[in-house]
Amino acid sequence: MLIGFLQLLAFLLAGEAIVFIAAIPLPAPVVGMALLLGWLLWRSGKTPKPPESLEQATQGILQFLSLLFVPAGVGIILHLERLQREWAAILGPVLFGTLISIGLTALLLNRLAAGKKHD
Amino acid sequence: MTDRLIHLWAHLQTLPVFWLTLTLAVFHLATLIAKRSGGFPLANPVGLSILTLVLVLFCIGTPYATYFAGGQWIHLLLAPATVALAVPLYLQRERIRRLLAPLLITLGGGSLLAIVSSTGIGWLLGASSSSLLSLAPKSATAPVAMGIVEKLGGIPSLTAAVVILTGITGAVAGPWLLDRLRIESPAVRGFSLGVVSHGIGTARAFQESSEAGAFAGLGMGLNALMTSLLVPVLYRLVS
Repeated sequence: MLIGFLQLLAFLLAGEAIVFIAAIPLPAPVVGMALLLGWLLWRSGKTPKPPESLEQATQGILQFLSLLFVPAGVGIILHLERLQREWAAILGPVLFGTLISIGLTALLLNRLAAGKKHD
Repeated sequence: MTDRLIHLWAHLQTLPVFWLTLTLAVFHLATLIAKRSGGFPLANPVGLSILTLVLVLFCIGTPYATYFAGGQWIHLLLAPATVALAVPLYLQRERIRRLLAPLLITLGGGSLLAIVSSTGIGWLLGASSSSLLSLAPKSATAPVAMGIVEKLGGIPSLTAAVVILTGITGAVAGPWLLDRLRIESPAVRGFSLGVVSHGIGTARAFQESSEAGAFAGLGMGLNALMTSLLVPVLYRLVS
């Protein structure tokens, strides 16, 4: 578990280093995720199963994924005044934009993926 | 002694560990309430926790910076958790490979749609230009969206708030909408939740199944990339 967590942090730091050196406009964690995926794929020829401690660390942290958004979300308190002033113009797009996007995205993929099955 | 007792509350409020403890306790209670409610969609643990903590801070007049001194210990784990999404992704690699072309086409459409629908509706409802800029990348994960907006001269912390609201909306109403549309495939449900409502949608998808969660993580990661490419281009077109 400790080694697994260390591996996650190592790939995160590798992501930070690459973003810093190459100045790519991507967050380091997303680059770290791509690197970890690349490493797992690279070693999959010999051992298809991910290291056990990595799997344990992953389960441990992803189990609480939604908790991790709470402190940043509380930051909405900094914008109560603007929300009061423009509540419809901000909450309207958030609510309807999100629902329209999820619905149409799902319908599109459902259609494309269904076509794939009949190939 | 009594003097000390009176000042105890004031003292506790200055401690980061107090806010850390309160955040965990509130989240635990919110999770219990969400479970007890039998999956009632409005009882979303993230939304309930944020609402409760905002009310507490507002009522006792604690600055957000004081709260975040404790909250940051949780916030810090967001980065390794994002890296960890590679593992479920890897475990679903065969299914993802088979669906690669549909997934990439959907990514392009969904990403563009998320940007255009939110700024379009905001514009119709008379949002100020700084609010519109903050709405544009709202489906990308918070650090990416904040980075995009910062580069274009917007308000990153407003973007963070809008991004999280988008995530909660997707987590609360997304599965309900997908049921109404009779979308059953975990891959499709997960991917659309991840593309549009990033990490919070991904956390919700993991509650449905690890397959849905893996596709949501994929959607979230790919849309972080897509949004950071699309928003600056679209911004130049309209300004």
